[in-house]
Amino acid sequence: MYTNKTLKVINLIEYIELVFTDYTLRTITLGTTILGAVTGMLGSFAVLRKQSLLGDAISHAALPGIAIAFLITGAKDSNTLLIGALISGLIGTFWIRGIVTKTHLKSDTALGLILSLFFGFGMLLLTFIQKQPNANQAGLDKYLFGQAATLVESDVWLMAIVTGICFIVMLTFWKEFKILLFDADYAQTLGFNTKFIDILITTFIVLAIVLGLQTVGVVLMSAMLLAPAAAARQWTNSLSVMVLLAAIFGALSGVFGTAISASQDNLSTGPVIVLVAGVFVVFSFIFSPSRGLLFKQIRFIKNRRDLELHKTLAFMHHIAETHEDISHPHAVKLLNNFQGYTRSTLQKLVDKNYVQLHGNMWSLTKTGFEVASNLYTKQSTEDE
Amino acid sequence: MSNAQLEIQLIASLVAVACAIPGTFLVLRKMAMISDAISHSILPGIVVGFFITQDLNSPLLILLAALTGIITVVLVEYIQKTGLVKEDTAIGLVFPAMFSIGVILIAKNANDVHLDVDAVLLGELAFAPFDRLLIAGTDVGPKSLWVVGTILLITITLLILFFKELKISTFDKGLAASLGFSPAIIHYGLMSVSSITTVGAFDAVGAILVVALMIAPAAAAYLLTTDLKKMLGLAIGFGIFSAIFGYWVAHWLDASIAGSITTVLGLVFLLVYLFAPSKGIIAVMYREKQQRTEVSLLTFLLHLKNHDDIEERHVNHLNEHINWQKVRAKTVLDLAKKNNMIHIKDNIVSLTKKGDEFTSKAIDYIITNEDAQIEDMKDDFFLFRG
Repeated sequence: MYTNKTLKVINLIEYIELVFTDYTLRTITLGTTILGAVTGMLGSFAVLRKQSLLGDAISHAALPGIAIAFLITGAKDSNTLLIGALISGLIGTFWIRGIVTKTHLKSDTALGLILSLFFGFGMLLLTFIQKQPNANQAGLDKYLFGQAATLVESDVWLMAIVTGICFIVMLTFWKEFKILLFDADYAQTLGFNTKFIDILITTFIVLAIVLGLQTVGVVLMSAMLLAPAAAARQWTNSLSVMVLLAAIFGALSGVFGTAISASQDNLSTGPVIVLVAGVFVVFSFIFSPSRGLLFKQIRFIKNRRDLELHKTLAFMHHIAETHEDISHPHAVKLLNNFQGYTRSTLQKLVDKNYVQLHGNMWSLTKTGFEVASNLYTKQSTEDE
Repeated sequence: MSNAQLEIQLIASLVAVACAIPGTFLVLRKMAMISDAISHSILPGIVVGFFITQDLNSPLLILLAALTGIITVVLVEYIQKTGLVKEDTAIGLVFPAMFSIGVILIAKNANDVHLDVDAVLLGELAFAPFDRLLIAGTDVGPKSLWVVGTILLITITLLILFFKELKISTFDKGLAASLGFSPAIIHYGLMSVSSITTVGAFDAVGAILVVALMIAPAAAAYLLTTDLKKMLGLAIGFGIFSAIFGYWVAHWLDASIAGSITTVLGLVFLLVYLFAPSKGIIAVMYREKQQRTEVSLLTFLLHLKNHDDIEERHVNHLNEHINWQKVRAKTVLDLAKKNNMIHIKDNIVSLTKKGDEFTSKAIDYIITNEDAQIEDMKDDFFLFRG
């Protein structure tokens, strides 16, 4: 959604040209892309550490920090406000940890508490600020829902720098991050300072969330963190591939989200990016080869088919047994009453060379008979 | 106090009670974040309902929006059941998507809908008294008062009717199922009540305050008691207190009522979190320190019992041998002396008769793997705790 100009994009090529020539569009696209990449990267850690909802809590907890930073400095400089957000996000995170470790309240309660209480307090401060006679205060509420259109070049630079630092730290501490993620106790026995690594990861997650507040806002920030990671998780079991994939999914959500929202009137960028990321998730859930629902269902059907094939074969074996010549032909009709028999299973048996078809008659081949009798003995031994 | 002020406080208190009841069970069932998910994902339901009814207080809209809430719960559970992601990730994926759809719906139809996302999230309690319900031309009070009141009445009726079932299924799902109450029905019943409460209350207090009112009073109450009925009572009490006190803070600061009620709730929780008698942070830290000293004391006594030689029991040697810092060694030594477990003569520490008896018993328990018994034994032997 543009406040300064409305873009009517007619076709793709023109849009791509515009991305490179138009200042606003270029800044926004770059910003959302970088943001998507960094949140996807760090989100992988949040998802694997089972801290998925931490992002939601932190982004809400950042609000009072923004308001207090504004109250203290009186300026709307986005860097100052983000430092405020960072501090209050960190306070929220550590309070959550305090509640979970020191009391018997569970993590969901702690998250919900910090989320709603900090957010409410932030709203109290924001409404309080709005009543102050200070012309500068307008626009603070963009942090609620985010306004990608307000991104300027310096914001994008900040994002790029933070992403760079984040990337370097991640590469440096890759081994530590990985071991803490999958076996924290083992990491501790190896002599790693787990507390430090833990705080490092958490701080970077908070940082990424705070960076995104201006673009997608408090409410939708958690999805930016989770969705690319959840989608990437479906395609791989390797951490490095997952982080890379999540970064790519995040970046693509940013690019496509911005493009879709720019091509229509009245479409805020944040929600569109979230929905694009959601499409990635749904696609991954369904079409991932190893974990996806579609292939799972196909495997399920295939297994059932195999079972029916065996059943038919066993039934044929049962009939063939009564004859001296195992290849004695029988009418296909005989099979009709048997549940599990279909024309395709019969065809499959023929393809596998277990059965021979002559018009309306079938007969077991030698291999077919042997397979069937083995099938039979295996089953009967299992029954006994 | 004007009539409108009284009505606002009444509405806020009713919302607080209506939220505290399902909130208590959500906290106990470890499903607190579901309330957050519901409160966000009712947005598309509200928007669609508003297209149809053009009235934010219409029962049809409340039902539609509550249905969206239940769809969210079902969707979360479906995703969870596929095993592709963990439950918390499922929650975190579903509600932002629903919320985004709501935001886009509003933005796309900005000209037809007099709905503001801010208003949905934050509510505006101050305007609640202006929207009156007229029955046959007579003014019977603010609409939201009636809406919230009805929801509260339904909630209380359900609570009283199904208290036993709720209680059992919350604490022991297996027992509930074997007794013939379907945990699924209770579960979805609770989800429906939470959804309806959230929707009914959002107009007055906003979606975020609903979450705060559900979780914070219940969490604070849970730190103070382990009795379900007392917990419900305390949660309701905290809710009403915060609603009324929060209103006056907002009045004084001239700021958002919802924000102010949440802040008061936050302060209440903070106080309970710090000072709750046995589960507050101060009590927990004190108890941890006490236990550390008492374990040290036990180690110390066991050491004494193991060594008869005089040089092993010399004060200086003990300092080295057990390798404690000076301060801690002194604390432990003082505690042992105060409890008549040891006596010190010429810097030689020896067990008293009582100390010897205590240590022997402790060894017995340790050998027979009944360490827990030592805790009970402490009550018999200790005059002063660590």
